[in-house]
Amino acid sequence: MKKQIFTILLAACLVLTLWSNGKEDKTSGPVTVQYILWDANQLPAYEKCAEDFMAANPDITIEITQMGWGDYWTGLQTDMVGGTAADVFTNHLAKYPDFASKGQLVDIAPMVARDKVDTSVYMNGLDGLWATKDGKRFGLPKDWDTIAIVYNQEMINAAGYSAAEANSLNWNAKDGGTFEKFIAALSVDTSGRNGLDPNFDSENVACYGLALNHFDDRGQAQFSPMAVSNNWMYTDGLYNANYHFDDPKFIATIQWFVDMTEKGFLAPYEMTANNANPLFTSRQAATVFDGSWMIGYYSSSSEFPVGFAKLPAGPAGVKSMTNGLADSIWVGSKHKEQAWLWVKYLASAEAQNTVGTFGVVFPAIESGVKNALAAYDAKGLDVSAFTEEATNPGETFVYPIVDNGVKISEIMTQTFDSIFLGVTDAESSLKEANKKILDLF
Amino acid sequence: MRETPNKRKRKSLDKQGAGALLFLLPSLIGFAAFFIVPALRGIFLSLTDWDLLGKPGFVGLENYGKLLTDEEFWNSMLVTVKYVFWNIPLQTVLALGIALVMDRVTKSSVFRGIILIPWLLPNVVVALLWLWLLDPAVGVINSTVQSWGMKPINFLTSTELALPSIAGINIWRHMGYTALIVFAGLQGIPREVEEAALIDGASPWTRFIRIILPYLRPVLAFVIITSVIGSFQIYDTVAITTRGGPITATYVIYLFIFKNGFESYLMGYATAASMILFLILMGVSFLQMRIMRASESDF
Repeated sequence: MKKQIFTILLAACLVLTLWSNGKEDKTSGPVTVQYILWDANQLPAYEKCAEDFMAANPDITIEITQMGWGDYWTGLQTDMVGGTAADVFTNHLAKYPDFASKGQLVDIAPMVARDKVDTSVYMNGLDGLWATKDGKRFGLPKDWDTIAIVYNQEMINAAGYSAAEANSLNWNAKDGGTFEKFIAALSVDTSGRNGLDPNFDSENVACYGLALNHFDDRGQAQFSPMAVSNNWMYTDGLYNANYHFDDPKFIATIQWFVDMTEKGFLAPYEMTANNANPLFTSRQAATVFDGSWMIGYYSSSSEFPVGFAKLPAGPAGVKSMTNGLADSIWVGSKHKEQAWLWVKYLASAEAQNTVGTFGVVFPAIESGVKNALAAYDAKGLDVSAFTEEATNPGETFVYPIVDNGVKISEIMTQTFDSIFLGVTDAESSLKEANKKILDLF
Repeated sequence: MRETPNKRKRKSLDKQGAGALLFLLPSLIGFAAFFIVPALRGIFLSLTDWDLLGKPGFVGLENYGKLLTDEEFWNSMLVTVKYVFWNIPLQTVLALGIALVMDRVTKSSVFRGIILIPWLLPNVVVALLWLWLLDPAVGVINSTVQSWGMKPINFLTSTELALPSIAGINIWRHMGYTALIVFAGLQGIPREVEEAALIDGASPWTRFIRIILPYLRPVLAFVIITSVIGSFQIYDTVAITTRGGPITATYVIYLFIFKNGFESYLMGYATAASMILFLILMGVSFLQMRIMRASESDF
């Protein structure tokens, strides 16, 4: 009996030993660098980059895994805890402060200095987003996005608007400017009357002028274009946590959106809480706000010609949030030097030119953007609305980088739910929400 | 000294016990590795400020103290209890009805197969399927409702309907499986008892109340206890369809635990909440077993 137990234990030890040997670190010879990203549309572009990289670095194999956004972050965290996270991963501005503060990211500032990487080549100050105040750096920019109006060309033509007119609308929180008239003209009730008609039936709308996705704390493609163009800003600066969701300018902006719902020009919350995109593709909404990463979706999912227009100019002009991604190295990587070579390559003009030719995203280096524009042009898409916002001075802004992102998002999502469902009014609930957020810090 | 017969018997039992232990060993190791160790570790973690990625620091009962005054925690507990009340009675009654149909009306194995299909689908698939079926803009159900001249029903996006709708989705998924267990219980009822009642002129309703239900009590107790535990653990359907909203209408306790642990990096806090849930579930199960006399039969 004792002998049998001994044998079993011995066998178990043997298996464990073999397993642990399999995990042994390799510092020389051929190594595999694991890389993960969330956007399936970008996978072919990065596979091509990996191919080129491996041809130049025969000792390094790049293994790419794509995980949907929904699983990406929790999967990554679990892998970090388990010690099996990818060496390099695509990182997001809303997520990286948490990882950085928990010591999970390699500070690549010394490597950037050692290899004399020129960080001035990146557009729109994207570079500054990944370098912290205390001189650390957690990524090199690889792409950017902006927000624009996505519209159904047939519908805007039927409402008497040209592409040029749609491209130069204005807005204010008092009377909604030409943008409100635009979405009113595009809203049609079940009797065929549009929103400019005094008899328009806001209770029975067949097509809404505008549909927006669920509002959250960022409001990237929801409230941010209007609120920021109304001279409002989330906080006092990039790394500042002094939130201003209780600012009268912000409250007025949100109130305008609530009014639009009541007038029947903006699709009600109940219809868009899950996803506003199907309303647009099923012709139940004439326009949406969305980011440049969705160009491919709208052009391939809509059975009608789609156009892109610049955001309406508010009192402070056109204001689009711009967001940039970067690749970060996990602190637990056993091949940090090889991982750095891959990160450096992805941030180079060579790789970004390659990514550009796939026409799925705007690279962070200008020559890559030119390739992307040519690729979109070949598909018959005019995406200049996105690039003009990015290149015109002052038309973009970045979301503040703060801790407690998850908690802030939860507070604001619940607050907007409550406002748009008519449970509470905009002013009191936004003031209360802002207080809750400030209490977090 | 000579061995007494008693001692000899004990020795032979010891020998048998050792053999049994050997055969039990793999499952005991599994039980220890996957249940006992994580549970003990859970208790330890609930007393720490572990942030998932760093080293846990001991904080004593601080997490429990905070939870007692955390409105969000108690609200999510309340939402979960409401969900259980939406889910269990209807699911049990429907399962009982289907089981009776399977037992009395049709013996068709095709019918039994169809009844079981929803339970064979992964939860996530079921949730996605219903998310689209119930969509106010493009869902089949609302398109039908609108074609009758009615306004679309906001199943998952109104504060009143979201929780019952999620309960409905899970009832749809689980009732076939529950029916099958009840059906197995029905098979165990001796026919002669019912036949005797029939000869005595008992009505179908009397037979159901006086014979079928008492015989089924242990099975129903099992079904209800396991379904209640399962209902308290509702997560995936909520995570996919409403993410806790609108406002906090479907913010169930598992979502609270998940968000705190994996999104806010408060793993110690989340573990403490799990421990409280564990104690509550133990209490609820114990009460149910006492009330339903789960291990006893009336006959």
